[in-house]
Amino acid sequence: MTTALRSAHQPSEPAPTPHEPIVRVDGVVVRFADVTALDGVSLTIAPGEIRGLLGPNGSGKTTLVSVIATLLAPTSGSVRVDGHDVGTDPTNVRRAIGLAGQYAAVDDLLTGRENLEIVGALYGLDRRTARRRADEVLERLSLTAAADRPVRTYSGGMRRRLDLGASLAGRPQVLLLDEPTTGLDPRTRNELWDFLRDLVEEGTTVLLTTQYLEEADALADRITVLDSGRVIAEGTADDLKSSAGASRLVVTPHFDIDLEVAAAAVESSVGRLVVVDRQSGTIAVPVVERTIALVAAADALRLAGVEVADIAVRRPSLDDVFLSITGRTTGSQRMEES
Amino acid sequence: MTTLIHDSATMTRRNTLRIARTPQLLPLLIAGPVVFVLLFNVVFGGSIATGELAYINYLIPGILVQMAVFDGTNTAMALAEDHQRGTIGRFKSLPMHRAAVLIGRVVADAARAAVTAGIVVAVGFALGFRPGDGIETVIPAIALVVAFGHAFAWGYTVLALHVPTPESLQSASWIPVFPLVFAASTFAPVENMPSWMQPVVEHQPVTVTVDAVRALLHGGDLAGPLVQSLAWTTGLIVVFATWSIRRFSRV
Repeated sequence: MTTALRSAHQPSEPAPTPHEPIVRVDGVVVRFADVTALDGVSLTIAPGEIRGLLGPNGSGKTTLVSVIATLLAPTSGSVRVDGHDVGTDPTNVRRAIGLAGQYAAVDDLLTGRENLEIVGALYGLDRRTARRRADEVLERLSLTAAADRPVRTYSGGMRRRLDLGASLAGRPQVLLLDEPTTGLDPRTRNELWDFLRDLVEEGTTVLLTTQYLEEADALADRITVLDSGRVIAEGTADDLKSSAGASRLVVTPHFDIDLEVAAAAVESSVGRLVVVDRQSGTIAVPVVERTIALVAAADALRLAGVEVADIAVRRPSLDDVFLSITGRTTGSQRMEES
Repeated sequence: MTTLIHDSATMTRRNTLRIARTPQLLPLLIAGPVVFVLLFNVVFGGSIATGELAYINYLIPGILVQMAVFDGTNTAMALAEDHQRGTIGRFKSLPMHRAAVLIGRVVADAARAAVTAGIVVAVGFALGFRPGDGIETVIPAIALVVAFGHAFAWGYTVLALHVPTPESLQSASWIPVFPLVFAASTFAPVENMPSWMQPVVEHQPVTVTVDAVRALLHGGDLAGPLVQSLAWTTGLIVVFATWSIRRFSRV
Protein backbone atom coordinates (compact mmCIF):
# COMPACT_ATOMS: atom_id res chain seq x y z
CA MET A 1 0.00 0.00 0.00
CA THR A 2 2.62 2.38 1.17
CA THR A 3 4.88 1.48 -1.71
CA ALA A 4 2.06 1.99 -4.18
CA LEU A 5 1.57 5.56 -3.06
CA ARG A 6 5.25 6.18 -2.98
CA SER A 7 6.03 4.72 -6.38
CA ALA A 8 3.98 7.31 -8.23
CA HIS A 9 6.05 10.04 -6.72
CA GLN A 10 8.23 10.29 -9.77
CA PRO A 11 8.21 13.80 -11.13
CA SER A 12 9.65 14.08 -14.62
CA GLU A 13 11.64 17.16 -13.67
CA PRO A 14 14.91 16.58 -11.82
CA ALA A 15 14.39 16.02 -8.12
CA PRO A 16 15.63 18.91 -6.01
CA THR A 17 18.99 18.28 -4.39
CA PRO A 18 18.78 17.62 -0.67
CA HIS A 19 19.90 21.11 0.20
CA GLU A 20 17.67 22.99 -2.16
CA PRO A 21 14.55 24.15 -0.31
CA ILE A 22 11.21 22.98 -1.68
CA VAL A 23 9.42 25.97 -0.17
CA ARG A 24 11.08 29.36 -0.20
CA VAL A 25 9.27 32.31 1.38
CA ASP A 26 11.06 35.60 0.89
CA GLY A 27 10.16 38.83 2.64
CA VAL A 28 6.41 38.28 2.41
CA VAL A 29 4.22 41.16 3.50
CA VAL A 30 0.43 40.95 3.52
CA ARG A 31 -1.53 44.07 4.30
CA PHE A 32 -5.29 44.23 4.52
CA ALA A 33 -7.13 47.55 4.72
CA ASP A 34 -5.62 48.60 8.03
CA VAL A 35 -4.01 45.43 9.36
CA THR A 36 -0.58 44.07 8.55
CA ALA A 37 -1.10 40.32 8.77
CA LEU A 38 2.42 39.36 7.67
CA ASP A 39 5.28 41.77 8.12
CA GLY A 40 8.27 40.49 6.17
CA VAL A 41 8.24 36.74 6.70
CA SER A 42 11.08 34.67 5.25
CA LEU A 43 11.63 30.95 5.66
CA THR A 44 12.82 27.94 3.72
CA ILE A 45 11.72 24.33 4.07
CA ALA A 46 13.87 21.41 2.97
CA PRO A 47 12.32 18.48 1.07
CA GLY A 48 11.01 15.82 3.43
CA GLU A 49 10.94 18.12 6.41
CA ILE A 50 8.03 18.60 8.82
CA ARG A 51 7.99 22.25 9.66
CA GLY A 52 5.89 23.48 12.52
CA LEU A 53 4.51 26.99 12.22
CA LEU A 54 3.73 27.95 15.75
CA GLY A 55 1.99 30.99 17.06
CA PRO A 56 -1.05 32.24 18.90
CA ASN A 57 -4.33 33.16 17.20
CA GLY A 58 -3.89 36.13 14.92
CA SER A 59 -0.13 35.70 14.53
CA GLY A 60 -0.45 35.22 10.75
CA LYS A 61 -0.16 31.42 10.43
CA THR A 62 -3.25 30.94 8.32
CA THR A 63 -2.41 33.98 6.20
CA LEU A 64 1.00 32.51 5.41
CA VAL A 65 -0.54 29.16 4.47
CA SER A 66 -3.05 30.97 2.23
CA VAL A 67 -0.22 32.77 0.44
CA ILE A 68 1.72 29.53 -0.12
CA ALA A 69 -1.48 27.81 -1.30
CA THR A 70 -2.07 30.61 -3.88
CA LEU A 71 -5.32 31.64 -2.21
CA LEU A 72 -4.03 35.10 -1.36
CA ALA A 73 -1.58 37.32 -3.23
CA PRO A 74 1.12 38.87 -1.01
CA THR A 75 1.35 42.66 -0.94
CA SER A 76 5.08 42.23 -1.50
CA GLY A 77 7.71 39.51 -1.32
CA SER A 78 7.82 36.21 -3.14
CA VAL A 79 7.01 32.56 -2.55
CA ARG A 80 8.32 29.64 -4.58
CA VAL A 81 7.15 26.06 -4.20
CA ASP A 82 9.15 23.37 -5.97
CA GLY A 83 10.74 26.16 -7.99
CA HIS A 84 7.44 27.67 -9.16
CA ASP A 85 6.44 31.20 -8.24
CA VAL A 86 2.97 31.57 -6.68
CA GLY A 87 2.37 34.81 -8.54
CA THR A 88 3.47 33.89 -12.06
CA ASP A 89 2.93 30.14 -12.10
CA PRO A 90 0.16 29.34 -9.63
CA THR A 91 -1.05 26.27 -11.53
CA ASN A 92 2.23 24.43 -11.07
CA VAL A 93 2.31 25.44 -7.42
CA ARG A 94 -1.20 23.99 -7.02
CA ARG A 95 -0.04 20.76 -8.65
CA ALA A 96 2.73 20.49 -6.04
CA ILE A 97 0.64 21.18 -2.94
CA GLY A 98 -2.19 19.64 -0.98
CA LEU A 99 -4.16 21.74 1.50
CA ALA A 100 -6.11 20.53 4.49
CA GLY A 101 -7.48 22.75 7.18
CA GLN A 102 -9.24 23.02 10.45
CA TYR A 103 -12.65 23.07 8.78
CA ALA A 104 -12.46 19.60 7.22
CA ALA A 105 -13.65 20.82 3.84
CA VAL A 106 -15.34 17.62 2.77
CA ASP A 107 -18.84 17.18 1.38
CA ASP A 108 -21.09 15.64 3.99
CA LEU A 109 -23.74 14.65 1.46
CA LEU A 110 -21.26 12.67 -0.63
CA THR A 111 -19.58 9.41 0.34
CA GLY A 112 -15.95 9.29 1.35
CA ARG A 113 -15.06 7.66 -1.95
CA GLU A 114 -16.94 10.27 -4.00
CA ASN A 115 -15.18 13.06 -2.14
CA LEU A 116 -11.78 11.64 -2.99
CA GLU A 117 -12.68 10.86 -6.59
CA ILE A 118 -13.86 14.38 -7.21
CA VAL A 119 -10.74 15.97 -5.78
CA GLY A 120 -8.64 13.47 -7.77
CA ALA A 121 -10.47 14.44 -10.95
CA LEU A 122 -9.80 18.11 -10.21
CA TYR A 123 -6.09 17.28 -9.90
CA GLY A 124 -6.42 16.22 -13.54
CA LEU A 125 -6.62 12.45 -13.03
CA ASP A 126 -8.79 10.44 -15.39
CA ARG A 127 -11.71 8.59 -13.90
CA ARG A 128 -10.02 5.22 -13.52
CA THR A 129 -6.91 6.61 -11.94
CA ALA A 130 -8.98 8.81 -9.62
CA ARG A 131 -10.95 5.75 -8.52
CA ARG A 132 -7.83 3.67 -7.91
CA ARG A 133 -6.17 6.51 -6.04
CA ALA A 134 -9.26 6.97 -3.88
CA ASP A 135 -9.15 3.28 -2.95
CA GLU A 136 -5.50 3.56 -1.95
CA VAL A 137 -6.06 6.63 0.18
CA LEU A 138 -9.14 5.12 1.86
CA GLU A 139 -7.16 2.04 2.80
CA ARG A 140 -4.27 4.07 4.20
CA LEU A 141 -6.65 6.10 6.31
CA SER A 142 -8.51 2.99 7.50
CA LEU A 143 -11.69 4.33 5.94
CA THR A 144 -12.32 1.47 3.52
CA ALA A 145 -15.23 0.12 5.54
CA ALA A 146 -16.88 3.55 5.58
CA ALA A 147 -15.97 4.41 1.98
CA ASP A 148 -19.49 4.25 0.59
CA ARG A 149 -21.25 5.92 3.47
CA PRO A 150 -22.16 9.61 3.30
CA VAL A 151 -19.63 11.70 5.18
CA ARG A 152 -22.36 13.12 7.41
CA THR A 153 -22.37 9.76 9.21
CA TYR A 154 -18.63 10.04 9.97
CA SER A 155 -17.16 10.92 13.37
CA GLY A 156 -15.10 14.08 13.73
CA GLY A 157 -11.86 12.14 13.52
CA MET A 158 -12.97 10.29 10.39
CA ARG A 159 -13.91 13.55 8.69
CA ARG A 160 -10.55 15.02 9.51
CA ARG A 161 -8.83 11.93 8.14
CA LEU A 162 -10.85 12.14 4.96
CA ASP A 163 -10.01 15.82 4.61
CA LEU A 164 -6.36 14.91 4.93
CA GLY A 165 -6.91 12.13 2.40
CA ALA A 166 -8.46 14.58 -0.05
CA SER A 167 -5.34 16.70 0.16
CA LEU A 168 -3.35 13.55 -0.73
CA ALA A 169 -5.43 12.68 -3.78
CA GLY A 170 -3.04 14.50 -6.09
CA ARG A 171 0.06 13.05 -4.41
CA PRO A 172 1.36 16.45 -3.45
CA GLN A 173 5.02 17.02 -2.69
CA VAL A 174 4.14 19.60 -0.07
CA LEU A 175 1.28 19.15 2.34
CA LEU A 176 -0.07 22.33 3.96
CA LEU A 177 -2.00 21.56 7.13
CA ASP A 178 -3.72 24.43 8.86
CA GLU A 179 -4.39 23.40 12.46
CA PRO A 180 -5.18 19.83 11.45
CA THR A 181 -5.99 18.59 14.94
CA THR A 182 -7.92 21.53 16.38
CA GLY A 183 -10.96 20.19 18.18
CA LEU A 184 -9.96 16.52 18.05
CA ASP A 185 -9.91 14.31 21.13
CA PRO A 186 -6.46 13.13 22.30
CA ARG A 187 -6.75 9.61 20.89
CA THR A 188 -7.78 10.80 17.43
CA ARG A 189 -5.09 13.45 17.54
CA ASN A 190 -2.45 10.83 18.25
CA GLU A 191 -3.67 8.70 15.36
CA LEU A 192 -3.37 11.68 13.05
CA TRP A 193 0.12 12.40 14.33
CA ASP A 194 1.21 8.82 13.63
CA PHE A 195 -0.23 9.06 10.17
CA LEU A 196 1.63 12.28 9.47
CA ARG A 197 4.88 10.73 10.63
CA ASP A 198 4.35 7.82 8.20
CA LEU A 199 3.75 10.25 5.38
CA VAL A 200 6.97 12.06 5.97
CA GLU A 201 8.90 8.81 6.04
CA GLU A 202 7.85 8.56 2.42
CA GLY A 203 9.32 11.91 1.58
CA THR A 204 6.35 14.27 1.68
CA THR A 205 7.18 17.72 2.98
CA VAL A 206 4.73 19.05 5.55
CA LEU A 207 4.05 22.57 6.75
CA LEU A 208 1.86 22.33 9.81
CA THR A 209 0.38 25.27 11.67
CA THR A 210 -0.56 24.85 15.27
CA GLN A 211 -1.15 26.85 18.38
CA TYR A 212 -0.43 23.76 20.45
CA LEU A 213 3.16 23.90 21.54
CA GLU A 214 3.08 20.19 22.34
CA GLU A 215 1.99 19.39 18.81
CA ALA A 216 4.87 21.26 17.20
CA ASP A 217 7.20 19.56 19.66
CA ALA A 218 5.81 16.09 18.93
CA LEU A 219 5.85 16.35 15.14
CA ALA A 220 8.09 19.00 13.71
CA ASP A 221 11.75 18.70 12.73
CA ARG A 222 12.04 22.44 12.87
CA ILE A 223 9.74 25.06 14.30
CA THR A 224 9.17 28.60 13.12
CA VAL A 225 7.57 30.80 15.75
CA LEU A 226 5.32 33.58 14.44
CA ASP A 227 4.08 36.51 16.45
CA SER A 228 2.15 39.49 15.04
CA GLY A 229 3.14 38.62 11.49
CA ARG A 230 6.87 38.28 12.13
CA VAL A 231 9.19 35.32 12.60
CA ILE A 232 10.47 35.66 16.15
CA ALA A 233 12.37 32.38 16.42
CA GLU A 234 13.31 29.36 14.40
CA GLY A 235 15.07 26.11 15.16
CA THR A 236 14.60 22.57 16.34
CA ALA A 237 12.45 22.03 19.40
CA ASP A 238 15.66 21.37 21.34
CA ASP A 239 17.27 24.61 20.09
CA LEU A 240 14.27 26.58 21.18
CA LYS A 241 14.10 24.86 24.53
CA SER A 242 17.72 25.41 25.39
CA SER A 243 17.39 29.06 24.36
CA ALA A 244 14.68 29.39 26.97
CA GLY A 245 17.14 28.68 29.74
CA ALA A 246 17.60 26.19 32.50
CA SER A 247 15.90 22.90 33.13
CA ARG A 248 13.72 22.53 36.18
CA LEU A 249 13.58 19.90 38.85
CA VAL A 250 9.94 19.19 39.63
CA VAL A 251 8.85 17.26 42.70
CA THR A 252 5.33 16.14 43.52
CA PRO A 253 4.95 14.80 47.09
CA HIS A 254 2.48 11.97 47.44
CA PHE A 255 0.69 13.73 50.34
CA ASP A 256 -0.12 17.43 50.06
CA ILE A 257 0.59 17.79 53.76
CA ASP A 258 4.28 17.12 53.05
CA LEU A 259 4.52 20.08 50.65
CA GLU A 260 6.26 22.47 53.10
CA VAL A 261 8.70 19.87 54.44
CA ALA A 262 9.50 18.73 50.92
CA ALA A 263 10.00 22.32 49.70
CA ALA A 264 12.47 22.98 52.52
CA ALA A 265 14.32 19.74 51.80
CA VAL A 266 14.62 20.44 48.07
CA GLU A 267 15.61 24.06 48.64
CA SER A 268 18.45 23.20 51.03
CA SER A 269 19.73 20.31 48.91
CA VAL A 270 19.79 22.27 45.61
CA GLY A 271 20.72 25.56 47.23
CA ARG A 272 18.24 27.68 45.23
CA LEU A 273 14.80 29.16 45.90
CA VAL A 274 11.93 26.84 44.99
CA VAL A 275 8.52 27.72 43.60
CA VAL A 276 5.64 25.92 45.30
CA ASP A 277 2.43 25.47 43.31
CA ARG A 278 -0.26 24.54 45.81
CA GLN A 279 -2.85 24.05 43.13
CA SER A 280 -0.99 21.20 41.47
CA GLY A 281 0.91 20.22 44.63
CA THR A 282 4.30 20.56 42.95
CA ILE A 283 7.63 22.09 43.85
CA ALA A 284 9.85 23.42 41.06
CA VAL A 285 13.38 24.73 41.07
CA PRO A 286 15.73 25.72 38.25
CA VAL A 287 18.77 23.44 38.06
CA VAL A 288 22.01 23.42 36.09
CA GLU A 289 23.79 20.23 37.17
CA ARG A 290 20.79 18.06 36.56
CA THR A 291 22.00 14.66 37.80
CA ILE A 292 23.63 16.03 40.93
CA ALA A 293 20.55 18.06 41.81
CA LEU A 294 18.26 15.11 41.25
CA VAL A 295 20.27 12.78 43.49
CA ALA A 296 20.74 15.42 46.18
CA ALA A 297 17.05 16.28 46.26
CA ALA A 298 16.02 12.63 46.34
CA ASP A 299 18.40 12.01 49.23
CA ALA A 300 17.10 15.02 51.17
CA LEU A 301 13.50 13.92 50.62
CA ARG A 302 14.33 10.44 51.90
CA LEU A 303 15.92 11.90 55.06
CA ALA A 304 12.89 14.14 55.59
CA GLY A 305 10.60 11.13 55.27
CA VAL A 306 8.66 12.49 52.33
CA GLU A 307 6.85 9.98 50.13
CA VAL A 308 7.22 11.14 46.49
CA ALA A 309 4.59 10.71 43.78
CA ASP A 310 6.82 12.08 41.05
CA ILE A 311 10.29 13.53 40.76
CA ALA A 312 11.86 14.55 37.47
CA VAL A 313 14.07 16.97 35.64
CA ARG A 314 12.07 18.75 32.95
CA ARG A 315 13.43 20.73 30.07
CA PRO A 316 11.59 23.98 29.46
CA SER A 317 8.30 23.64 27.60
CA LEU A 318 7.71 25.54 24.42
CA ASP A 319 5.36 27.71 26.45
CA ASP A 320 8.43 28.77 28.42
CA VAL A 321 10.13 29.43 25.08
CA PHE A 322 7.37 31.70 23.91
CA LEU A 323 7.39 33.48 27.24
CA SER A 324 11.13 34.02 27.15
CA ILE A 325 11.05 35.43 23.58
CA THR A 326 7.96 37.60 23.72
CA GLY A 327 7.67 38.26 27.42
CA ARG A 328 4.15 36.87 27.45
CA THR A 329 2.38 33.55 27.16
CA THR A 330 0.65 32.38 24.03
CA GLY A 331 -2.75 32.80 25.57
CA SER A 332 -3.80 29.50 24.07
CA GLN A 333 -5.12 26.80 26.29
CA ARG A 334 -2.67 24.00 26.83
CA MET A 335 -3.44 20.56 25.59
CA GLU A 336 -4.10 18.19 28.41
CA GLU A 337 -0.91 16.83 29.90
CA SER A 338 -0.36 13.17 29.25
CA MET B 1 -10.14 24.60 -22.73
CA THR B 2 -10.18 20.81 -22.22
CA THR B 3 -9.36 21.40 -18.55
CA LEU B 4 -12.25 23.84 -18.30
CA ILE B 5 -14.71 21.34 -19.79
CA HIS B 6 -13.35 18.41 -17.75
CA ASP B 7 -13.37 20.39 -14.49
CA SER B 8 -16.80 21.91 -15.17
CA ALA B 9 -18.16 18.41 -15.76
CA THR B 10 -16.61 17.21 -12.49
CA MET B 11 -18.05 20.16 -10.57
CA THR B 12 -21.46 19.67 -12.18
CA ARG B 13 -21.40 16.03 -11.11
CA ARG B 14 -20.44 17.01 -7.58
CA ASN B 15 -23.17 19.64 -7.29
CA THR B 16 -25.83 17.44 -8.88
CA LEU B 17 -25.02 14.66 -6.41
CA ARG B 18 -25.30 17.17 -3.58
CA ILE B 19 -28.67 18.42 -4.82
CA ALA B 20 -29.98 14.89 -5.36
CA ARG B 21 -29.01 13.98 -1.78
CA THR B 22 -30.47 17.04 -0.09
CA PRO B 23 -32.56 15.65 2.74
CA GLN B 24 -36.29 15.98 1.97
CA LEU B 25 -35.50 17.16 -1.57
CA LEU B 26 -38.79 16.17 -3.18
CA PRO B 27 -41.08 17.79 -0.61
CA LEU B 28 -38.93 20.94 -0.82
CA LEU B 29 -39.14 21.00 -4.61
CA ILE B 30 -42.90 20.43 -4.62
CA ALA B 31 -43.87 22.74 -1.77
CA GLY B 32 -42.96 26.01 -3.55
CA PRO B 33 -44.95 25.40 -6.75
CA VAL B 34 -47.95 24.04 -4.83
CA VAL B 35 -48.10 27.03 -2.48
CA PHE B 36 -47.65 29.64 -5.20
CA VAL B 37 -50.02 28.08 -7.71
CA LEU B 38 -52.75 27.47 -5.13
CA LEU B 39 -52.35 30.85 -3.47
CA PHE B 40 -52.38 32.99 -6.58
CA ASN B 41 -55.06 30.95 -8.27
CA VAL B 42 -57.41 31.21 -5.30
CA VAL B 43 -56.62 34.80 -4.28
CA PHE B 44 -56.40 36.44 -7.70
CA GLY B 45 -58.29 33.91 -9.81
CA GLY B 46 -61.64 35.59 -9.33
CA SER B 47 -60.54 39.22 -9.45
CA ILE B 48 -58.05 39.49 -12.30
CA ALA B 49 -59.56 39.68 -15.77
CA THR B 50 -57.43 37.81 -18.27
CA GLY B 51 -59.69 37.88 -21.32
CA GLU B 52 -60.72 34.52 -22.75
CA LEU B 53 -57.75 32.82 -21.06
CA ALA B 54 -58.74 31.09 -17.81
CA TYR B 55 -56.71 32.50 -14.89
CA ILE B 56 -54.90 29.17 -14.23
CA ASN B 57 -53.76 29.18 -17.87
CA TYR B 58 -52.62 32.79 -17.51
CA LEU B 59 -50.93 32.07 -14.17
CA ILE B 60 -48.80 28.99 -14.95
CA PRO B 61 -46.41 30.81 -17.35
CA GLY B 62 -45.97 33.48 -14.68
CA ILE B 63 -45.24 30.93 -11.94
CA LEU B 64 -42.80 29.11 -14.22
CA VAL B 65 -40.76 32.28 -14.69
CA GLN B 66 -41.12 33.38 -11.07
CA MET B 67 -39.84 30.01 -9.77
CA ALA B 68 -36.92 30.08 -12.21
CA VAL B 69 -35.93 33.57 -11.04
CA PHE B 70 -36.31 32.78 -7.32
CA ASP B 71 -34.35 29.53 -7.80
CA GLY B 72 -31.29 31.72 -8.22
CA THR B 73 -31.25 32.08 -4.44
CA ASN B 74 -30.36 28.34 -4.31
CA THR B 75 -27.26 29.12 -6.34
CA ALA B 76 -26.25 31.93 -4.03
CA MET B 77 -26.88 29.93 -0.86
CA ALA B 78 -24.98 26.89 -2.11
CA LEU B 79 -21.97 29.03 -2.99
CA ALA B 80 -22.08 30.79 0.36
CA GLU B 81 -22.26 27.46 2.20
CA ASP B 82 -19.30 26.09 0.24
CA HIS B 83 -17.41 29.24 1.07
CA GLN B 84 -18.22 29.03 4.75
CA ARG B 85 -17.27 25.37 5.03
CA GLY B 86 -13.90 25.96 3.42
CA THR B 87 -14.76 23.91 0.34
CA ILE B 88 -14.16 26.90 -1.94
CA GLY B 89 -10.70 27.33 -0.39
CA ARG B 90 -9.91 23.71 -1.15
CA PHE B 91 -11.06 24.07 -4.78
CA LYS B 92 -9.00 27.22 -5.19
CA SER B 93 -5.90 25.36 -3.99
CA LEU B 94 -6.33 22.66 -6.65
CA PRO B 95 -4.76 22.85 -10.11
CA MET B 96 -8.22 23.15 -11.65
CA HIS B 97 -9.80 25.82 -13.82
CA ARG B 98 -11.34 28.22 -11.32
CA ALA B 99 -14.24 29.17 -13.59
CA ALA B 100 -15.32 25.51 -13.36
CA VAL B 101 -16.36 26.05 -9.72
CA LEU B 102 -18.99 28.56 -10.86
CA ILE B 103 -19.93 26.87 -14.12
CA GLY B 104 -20.45 23.54 -12.35
CA ARG B 105 -22.68 25.34 -9.87
CA VAL B 106 -25.02 27.08 -12.33
CA VAL B 107 -25.24 24.10 -14.68
CA ALA B 108 -26.31 21.80 -11.83
CA ASP B 109 -28.77 24.46 -10.71
CA ALA B 110 -30.20 24.65 -14.24
CA ALA B 111 -30.94 20.92 -14.05
CA ARG B 112 -32.69 21.52 -10.75
CA ALA B 113 -34.64 24.43 -12.30
CA ALA B 114 -35.85 22.15 -15.10
CA VAL B 115 -37.21 19.70 -12.52
CA THR B 116 -38.92 22.57 -10.66
CA ALA B 117 -40.51 23.75 -13.93
CA GLY B 118 -41.80 20.24 -14.59
CA ILE B 119 -43.36 20.18 -11.13
CA VAL B 120 -45.03 23.56 -11.71
CA VAL B 121 -46.60 22.20 -14.92
CA ALA B 122 -47.73 19.03 -13.13
CA VAL B 123 -49.29 20.98 -10.26
CA GLY B 124 -50.95 23.28 -12.82
CA PHE B 125 -52.35 20.29 -14.66
CA ALA B 126 -53.95 19.01 -11.50
CA LEU B 127 -55.67 22.39 -11.10
CA GLY B 128 -56.96 22.63 -14.64
CA PHE B 129 -54.09 24.16 -16.60
CA ARG B 130 -54.16 23.12 -20.27
CA PRO B 131 -51.79 24.60 -22.89
CA GLY B 132 -53.98 25.87 -25.74
CA ASP B 133 -51.42 24.97 -28.38
CA GLY B 134 -50.95 21.38 -27.23
CA ILE B 135 -49.02 19.60 -24.53
CA GLU B 136 -45.81 19.41 -26.60
CA THR B 137 -45.40 23.21 -26.26
CA VAL B 138 -44.43 22.60 -22.62
CA ILE B 139 -40.95 21.54 -23.75
CA PRO B 140 -39.81 24.74 -25.48
CA ALA B 141 -41.54 26.73 -22.73
CA ILE B 142 -39.50 24.98 -20.02
CA ALA B 143 -36.32 25.39 -22.08
CA LEU B 144 -36.88 29.14 -22.33
CA VAL B 145 -37.66 29.40 -18.62
CA VAL B 146 -34.55 27.44 -17.65
CA ALA B 147 -32.34 29.60 -19.87
CA PHE B 148 -33.83 32.75 -18.35
CA GLY B 149 -33.37 31.38 -14.82
CA HIS B 150 -29.77 30.55 -15.73
CA ALA B 151 -29.13 34.25 -16.37
CA PHE B 152 -30.40 35.01 -12.86
CA ALA B 153 -28.29 32.20 -11.39
CA TRP B 154 -25.25 34.06 -12.72
CA GLY B 155 -26.62 37.28 -11.24
CA TYR B 156 -26.97 35.58 -7.87
CA THR B 157 -23.43 34.24 -8.27
CA VAL B 158 -22.17 37.83 -8.48
CA LEU B 159 -24.17 38.62 -5.36
CA ALA B 160 -22.81 35.58 -3.48
CA LEU B 161 -19.23 36.57 -4.30
CA HIS B 162 -19.82 39.99 -2.79
CA VAL B 163 -21.90 38.89 0.20
CA PRO B 164 -20.36 35.59 1.17
CA THR B 165 -22.17 34.72 4.39
CA PRO B 166 -25.42 32.75 4.10
CA GLU B 167 -27.12 34.90 6.74
CA SER B 168 -26.66 38.25 4.98
CA LEU B 169 -27.38 36.68 1.60
CA GLN B 170 -30.69 35.42 2.92
CA SER B 171 -31.93 38.99 3.30
CA ALA B 172 -30.04 40.57 0.40
CA SER B 173 -31.20 38.08 -2.18
CA TRP B 174 -34.87 39.10 -2.36
CA ILE B 175 -34.42 42.81 -2.84
CA PRO B 176 -33.39 42.89 -6.51
CA VAL B 177 -35.86 40.32 -7.85
CA PHE B 178 -39.08 41.17 -6.07
CA PRO B 179 -39.83 44.33 -8.09
CA LEU B 180 -38.84 42.54 -11.29
CA VAL B 181 -41.18 39.63 -10.67
CA PHE B 182 -44.19 41.58 -9.35
CA ALA B 183 -44.02 44.70 -11.54
CA ALA B 184 -44.46 42.48 -14.59
CA SER B 185 -47.09 40.51 -16.46
CA THR B 186 -46.37 37.57 -14.12
CA PHE B 187 -49.67 37.55 -12.20
CA ALA B 188 -51.74 40.32 -13.75
CA PRO B 189 -52.04 42.09 -17.12
CA VAL B 190 -49.84 45.15 -17.60
CA GLU B 191 -52.81 47.20 -18.98
CA ASN B 192 -54.22 47.49 -15.44
CA MET B 193 -51.07 49.02 -13.98
CA PRO B 194 -50.53 52.80 -13.67
CA SER B 195 -49.87 54.24 -17.10
CA TRP B 196 -46.49 55.76 -16.12
CA MET B 197 -45.27 52.31 -15.19
CA GLN B 198 -46.39 50.51 -18.28
CA PRO B 199 -43.59 51.45 -20.73
CA VAL B 200 -40.97 50.12 -18.29
CA VAL B 201 -42.93 47.06 -17.25
CA GLU B 202 -43.69 46.05 -20.85
CA HIS B 203 -40.02 45.67 -21.77
CA GLN B 204 -38.43 44.49 -18.60
CA PRO B 205 -36.96 40.97 -18.76
CA VAL B 206 -39.56 39.15 -16.67
CA THR B 207 -42.53 40.56 -18.62
CA VAL B 208 -41.14 39.71 -22.05
CA THR B 209 -40.19 36.22 -20.90
CA VAL B 210 -43.60 35.54 -19.32
CA ASP B 211 -45.25 36.84 -22.50
CA ALA B 212 -43.05 34.61 -24.64
CA VAL B 213 -43.87 31.55 -22.50
CA ARG B 214 -47.59 32.38 -22.71
CA ALA B 215 -47.36 32.69 -26.47
CA LEU B 216 -45.49 29.38 -26.70
CA LEU B 217 -48.14 27.60 -24.62
CA HIS B 218 -51.34 29.31 -25.69
CA GLY B 219 -50.56 31.04 -29.01
CA GLY B 220 -50.50 34.77 -29.78
CA ASP B 221 -47.66 37.13 -30.69
CA LEU B 222 -44.50 35.11 -30.11
CA ALA B 223 -41.70 36.70 -32.12
CA GLY B 224 -41.61 40.09 -30.32
CA PRO B 225 -41.42 38.87 -26.71
CA LEU B 226 -39.26 35.86 -27.61
CA VAL B 227 -36.58 37.98 -29.30
CA GLN B 228 -36.56 40.44 -26.40
CA SER B 229 -36.42 37.62 -23.85
CA LEU B 230 -33.51 35.89 -25.58
CA ALA B 231 -31.69 39.22 -25.89
CA TRP B 232 -32.11 39.89 -22.15
CA THR B 233 -31.06 36.31 -21.30
CA THR B 234 -27.93 36.48 -23.45
CA GLY B 235 -27.02 39.96 -22.26
CA LEU B 236 -27.44 39.12 -18.57
CA ILE B 237 -25.46 35.88 -18.88
CA VAL B 238 -22.59 37.65 -20.65
CA VAL B 239 -22.45 40.46 -18.08
CA PHE B 240 -22.94 38.40 -14.91
CA ALA B 241 -20.82 35.40 -15.99
CA THR B 242 -17.90 37.62 -16.97
CA TRP B 243 -18.22 39.64 -13.78
CA SER B 244 -18.39 36.66 -11.45
CA ILE B 245 -15.67 34.62 -13.16
CA ARG B 246 -13.32 37.62 -13.15
CA ARG B 247 -13.95 38.25 -9.49
CA PHE B 248 -13.69 34.60 -8.49
CA SER B 249 -10.49 33.95 -10.45
CA ARG B 250 -8.47 36.75 -9.04
CA VAL B 251 -6.06 35.62 -6.36
